[in-house]
Formats: sequence, structure tokens, C-alpha cells
Amino acid sequence: MTQAARKAFLDALVDDDPVQLYDQAPCGFLSTTPDGRIVKANATLCSWLGTTPDALCSGRSFADLLTRGGQVYHETHYAPMLRMHDRVRELALEMRRVDGRRLPVLVNATMVRDAAGEPVVIRIAVFDATERRRYERELVAAKELAESSEAEALKLARTLQQTLIPATEPVVPGLELATAYRPATHGLLVGGDFYDVFAISPDDWAVVVGDVCGKGADAAVITALARWTLRGASVAYDAPSQAIANLNEVLRSHESERFCTAAVVRLRRSGSSWRAQVCVAGHPAPYVLRTDGESGPMVATGPLVGIFEDAEFTDHELELGPGTGLLLFTDGVTEAGSAGAFFDDRGIAAAISTHGTQPQLLVEGLVHDVAVFQEGDPRDDIAVLALRTPLEG
Amino acid sequence: MVDAVTRLNATVAGVAGGRPVIFAHGFGCDQHMWRHVAPHFVEDHRVVLFDYVGCGGSAGSAWDPARYSSLQGYAADVLDLVEELDLHDVVLVGHSVSSMIGALAVARRPERFGALVMVAPSPRYIDDPDRSYVGGFAAEDIEELLDSLASNYLGWSTAMAPVIMGNPERPELGAELTESFCRMDPAIARQWAQVTFLSDNRDDLAGVTVPTLVLQSTQDVIAPIEVGRYVHDAIPGSELVLLEATGHCPNLSAPESTVRAITDFVDRLPDRAGSTG
Repeated sequence: MTQAARKAFLDALVDDDPVQLYDQAPCGFLSTTPDGRIVKANATLCSWLGTTPDALCSGRSFADLLTRGGQVYHETHYAPMLRMHDRVRELALEMRRVDGRRLPVLVNATMVRDAAGEPVVIRIAVFDATERRRYERELVAAKELAESSEAEALKLARTLQQTLIPATEPVVPGLELATAYRPATHGLLVGGDFYDVFAISPDDWAVVVGDVCGKGADAAVITALARWTLRGASVAYDAPSQAIANLNEVLRSHESERFCTAAVVRLRRSGSSWRAQVCVAGHPAPYVLRTDGESGPMVATGPLVGIFEDAEFTDHELELGPGTGLLLFTDGVTEAGSAGAFFDDRGIAAAISTHGTQPQLLVEGLVHDVAVFQEGDPRDDIAVLALRTPLEG
Repeated sequence: MVDAVTRLNATVAGVAGGRPVIFAHGFGCDQHMWRHVAPHFVEDHRVVLFDYVGCGGSAGSAWDPARYSSLQGYAADVLDLVEELDLHDVVLVGHSVSSMIGALAVARRPERFGALVMVAPSPRYIDDPDRSYVGGFAAEDIEELLDSLASNYLGWSTAMAPVIMGNPERPELGAELTESFCRMDPAIARQWAQVTFLSDNRDDLAGVTVPTLVLQSTQDVIAPIEVGRYVHDAIPGSELVLLEATGHCPNLSAPESTVRAITDFVDRLPDRAGSTG
């Protein structure tokens, strides 16, 4: 510091006596009686409001300087808090200037008490918060925008999801059939689970349950592709294994790296029974449902769809006589977790023995059991489909 | 739904057989608003304090935007409390908006109430020139209040929520609950403010058929003297007492005269047959 600068600094310090410091402080100061009547105000505040200390101290109260809305906040929050804690901090209020304009401020206040604990005076510091309030408003607007975007994204995801499964509960004459689809409760992403039921001819049907790896819009594209490819291929080819092989080629040649799992069942009517051809590709094996208590998983496996060039898929044939059926599901069921345990095959076997093999009851019961198992908080999608040749008589 | 005592963080003190006095807090804070008043009644009365859902130590999970979309939902809470604690011949002391909640509760179940005390009441905050009514506020003022609430709840974070929303089973949180006095979930505060300040309960006042005391501060920017007079005139047989008090919360700023006025009124109430509470 030069000699001249040092002298100027010391002179300024002398001028900076407590009175100057009070009046010229870079914030507003007010003192009021415990019931709010203004008794003292500094020059800074007066200039901000466009008034004089005398005008402020002529019987007006602090609340009088606030907007009407601010007065309500003052009475319902500020004053009670001040009496409770003897201080309030960072209250956001707006003061009214003499010219009618508003001054956004942040207010700190302290209640001073005498030796007997009786309130004597309230000291209030007022900070100009014009810029901050503008910034806060922008933040609030941004938050509201984010919330509405999130709601819209959720709606979009749900709508898109609905296009990946049949629009109405499928009906196959001469077959009991029930389906359920439960998207994961959280997240805005479309899941990859899908199912489908469609006729090739009145006595020739195909049933599909599948799961595309991943979530989100690009997974949904593959899900739609898989669903419609299997529809087309089921018309072109007799066996489910051929339809899946076709999907394998389509997915391999697609630019996406995504693959899927699927269980495809071809059902052909045979009198009062159905002949089923089942092909499983990287998917949990379907359960055969029987009324004699001998229900259990099929021994059927196969490679994932969309990865291997020469993947071979196998068909398994079985006769679905009266009372016999199939249960298909995605891994959201077996891998439903709770505290380190999985729902697993045991959970499915238990559901079948509890709810029986009537498709509607079984599907509802199984979905309920899974939800209870993971405490109503499914982290993965669940698709379940059960079918059965009706019991005779 | 959770029982009312738990839901509303109700506390019961005083004499078991005494006449029940329920203190109902107003918009903004919680039952601590009565801390200088309620203790004066425990010697002779059965004193019930509580927090409305969303306030103080109430069960925040019980918040239901549909139930609390009108003051009737709040009145239903008061009646649930009366029912559950099996209270009869109740003196209901309501501050601010709770005066109107009280009027609604009394009109619905007059047989349960012996008297109503309205502290700083207003049946309608917004002026109504068509009926030459001056409530003191314009519609824009209420928008300003909502803005003011939004600005002040900016710091309200979900991390604070469990503390603020109450945790009756964890008494060690008591200190934080005191710190959280007058703070609540901004969404709840906003809806309550809207319901409170946009309500029009003028026509409900005629339904108050029990002895009623109106306590009016001499200076109240929320409920001015004219409004207190209006309430007094609209409730047949009511008494109006002007308190030497400044502000909307005489229960905090002038507890002695508030206690004196209520005691004087309650002591003159007729004893009802079977009013053992």
C-alpha cells in the first residue's frame, strides 16, 4: 500500500463510526417494538423505499411495509416463529416502495428480551434480493417444466407400451386363456416384455411371450419389430422354430445390437383337444398345467434370438387334452426379488398349487403373489399368459 | 385411515371428568400456537390439542388433496377427534381459519358442542362489493400470498420432510419438530392457503347455534375489526370481545387477555345435564 493510499484508508476508517456504519450499511436496518411498531430505521432502507426515517417511525408497523400477501405470511408464519425462537432467518418477502414498486427482500430478525425474559425490541435486517428472487422464479419455473415433462414422458411410455401388447384381452374359441401385463412401477422407460395371441386360421393359432433386452424407446422399436416379425413368419412357416429362426435373421441384420428371448406356441385344434408345438429361445421354459397335480416346467431350452448366425431352435410337441394347458411368463416373474431371495420356480409351483390351473385365476393369483413377494414394488416388467383346453362336460 | 388421535398428533391433558376444551390452531403453524394459553385450562378442564394433517407432528401420509379441498375436510377431522375421544359439551377454541372450521363442525354436530370461541375469525377474506362486504383482500393479494409461500418454502427439501411431517414414535425428534415450527410441505401449504383464503363461510355462520365468543384484536391486518363485527352480527347471541392486542395472533402476543376473555366466557356457560365428558 502506498503512503497516500494508507492515509486515505485510515481517514475512511475514522469516518466509518458506528452511526455511519448503521445508516450507510449495505443492508436495511429497522427496529420495532415487540408488537411491530417501527421506532428506528437506517438511511439505506429509507432510500430503498423512497421514504424518510420520520415517515417510517410515525406509528407504522413493519407489516405495513409489506405487500398484502406478505402481510399474511408475516402474521401466520413470521411473527409466530419470531416469538417461538426469538429469531427468524432468510424470510422471503416483498416490501412496498413509496412509488408503488415492489422490493423483493430477504429478512433476518432477532427478538431482544430483558433480564426477565420480556420482549423489548425486534431488530430487523433487510437485504435487497431482487436478482435472487428472479433467479428463484426461474428455478421454480424450470422445476415445474421438468415435472410436467416427466409426467408427459411417463404417459408416452405407457401409451407406447400399450401398443406392444394386444389392445384387448385375446379370445380363442375353444380355449381358456388369460393374460396379464404389469409394467415396473418406477422409471419412465418402456419395458421390453411383450406377448401376442393371433389366428393364422380358425383352428390354427399362435401364442407368443417374449422379452427384448433393455428398456426405452430403442428397445421398444425392437419389441415392435419382434412382435410383427413373429406374426408374419407364423403365417409363412408351419413350425414355431422356423418363425423364431426368421426373427433371428431379422434381428441379426438389424443395426441394433439388441436381442430377445421368446417362447412361441403354435396351437392346432384337434377335436376337443389342441395339439401344441412349443419352441423356447433363451426364455424361461413354459409350465405344463395339469389337473392331476403333476404340473411342471417343460424341458425345453434354446439360444437367444438375434445373436448367433446358425442358431438352432427346437420344437416340442404335446397334446393339450381337456384340463391340460400351458403357463408362459417373462423373467420378471422368476427373478422378482425381495431381500436377496428370488420368486423363482418354487414361487411358480406354489402359485399353481394355490390358485389351480384355471387360467384367469392362475394369472391373477400369480401376479398378486409376485407383487406381494416384492412388496408391491416391481422393478421389472411382468408378462404372464396361461391357456388351457376346457374341462369336458 | 389411521385413527384421528394419531393422525392429528392429538394430546389430551387436564382433568379427566372436566369439560373438554379443544384448541384448534390456524393456518401456518401447529398446536404450539396455544402454548401460552392452553396450560391455563388444564386445572379445571380436559384440554385437547392437535395438529392438522400436514402441520407439526401430524401424520403427513394422511394428507389427501380431495379430503382437504374444502374446510369441511378439516371440520371432519375435528369431529373425528370428538367422536374418538368420546367428547361431549365441548368448548371449541379455533384460531383464524379454525374459527370457520369450528363453525362448520358445530353446525354438523351441534349436540356435541357446548360453545365456540372464535379467535381472529374471518368468514371471507376477499372483498365482495355485491354484498357490500369488506374482507380486506383483493383476489390478487391471495396470489401474492401463494407466491410468498412458494418463495419461503423454496428451502423445504424432501430430506427434511420426515422430520417436519412428524414422527410421533420417535420422541428424540422433538427438538427438530420445534425447529420445524411453521414449516410444512409446500404443496400442502399452498392448497391449505387457497382453501382458507378463497373460502366464503358467511352463510355458514347462521348455523352456529351454540353460545359463541368472538375475540378480536384491535389491530389485525388479516381480520380487521369490521370483519369481527360482521361475524358477531351474523351469529345470533354471540359475544364480541375486543382484545388490547396487535396482530393476528393474540394467543401469542397477548396470551393473558386472551386467557381472561375465554375463561370469563367459559365460566358463565350453563352446565349441561350429562356433561361429564
